[in-house]
Amino acid sequence: MHEVGIANSILEAVQAESGLHPGKVPRKIAVRIGEFAAIDPAALHFCFEALTRDTQWEALRLDIEVCQPRYFCPECTVDFSASQFDPRCPKCESEHTRFLSGDQLELAYLEMEEHEPTTT
Amino acid sequence: MSRLPLEKKILSENDRIAARLRERFGESGTLCLNLISSPGSGKTTLLEKTLESLPKDARAAVLTGDIQTENDANRLKPFGVPVKQITTGGTCHLDASMVERHLADWRLAQIDLLFIENVGNLVCPSSYDLGEAAKIVLLSVTEGEDKPLKYPSIFLKSELLVLTKTDLLPYVPFDIAAAEANARRVHPDMEILRVSCTKNDGLEDWLMWVEERKRESRIASKVLV
Repeated sequence: MHEVGIANSILEAVQAESGLHPGKVPRKIAVRIGEFAAIDPAALHFCFEALTRDTQWEALRLDIEVCQPRYFCPECTVDFSASQFDPRCPKCESEHTRFLSGDQLELAYLEMEEHEPTTT
Repeated sequence: MSRLPLEKKILSENDRIAARLRERFGESGTLCLNLISSPGSGKTTLLEKTLESLPKDARAAVLTGDIQTENDANRLKPFGVPVKQITTGGTCHLDASMVERHLADWRLAQIDLLFIENVGNLVCPSSYDLGEAAKIVLLSVTEGEDKPLKYPSIFLKSELLVLTKTDLLPYVPFDIAAAEANARRVHPDMEILRVSCTKNDGLEDWLMWVEERKRESRIASKVLV
């Protein structure tokens, strides 16, 4: 539901970053979204495309890496990935595990291409 | 093609403002609580009961968010505490800049307890730090007991779950033990309270929880000074 806002924040970050690199054109922005971030990747793609269509960012691609939640079990001293938001330790089945990550909303990297000068 | 690592948060601008707010709350010894739930779970009613029950010298204030109307602010104004409506005009959550803007003409030194009533939504508010000391999620017994599993993010990030409208339990097929188990499956150490605002059940526990957090934040703020 707030994917438009997130897409807009991604674009603002790209704008700020590309301003630091004149002569280069951003081609791909890669982000990491945790399953706990309450963001739907398909909706984020949709919003990103809607915001960039018919603008100078039209050719910019969005790459989303979806990250599973990770937990730590103090009993077994292991950390593990969990799907379906099930924080139980796969080894001892303890429920008293610690949430490590899975709510990421992070910019990973920006791919840029040398700007080709237009010939007259 | 060159690849430039960025490694920063998408909402870093929001987080920057939230950190600034948290620092101000710390300096003024203001306990800020962010109340989140679906629309109609009873956030405003819980605040009405809270403001009615707080001692006169509690120095509370409320920011209440909605997409449209001043209705919630109007419900809370009769309690004689500063209340301001944040009308988002379509945005489905509050962000830190909205909070900062609406606090601009309030003196935090005169506020010990600031409630932020978020826009009714279990999804989006979970992504936005408002500088609060704690997020609190409300779930009413007229909703489904599987809400914590369907919307895990907000249950993971909230310190306290308040189960509301418990007076309706005899009339609805809501398994309260299952709801609590689901919340603890997502967030094993979650604190849980059961409250009925119409029957005044469980309100004492809620007020004690708030009082305890206020005491902790006063101690923390003195340590900072």
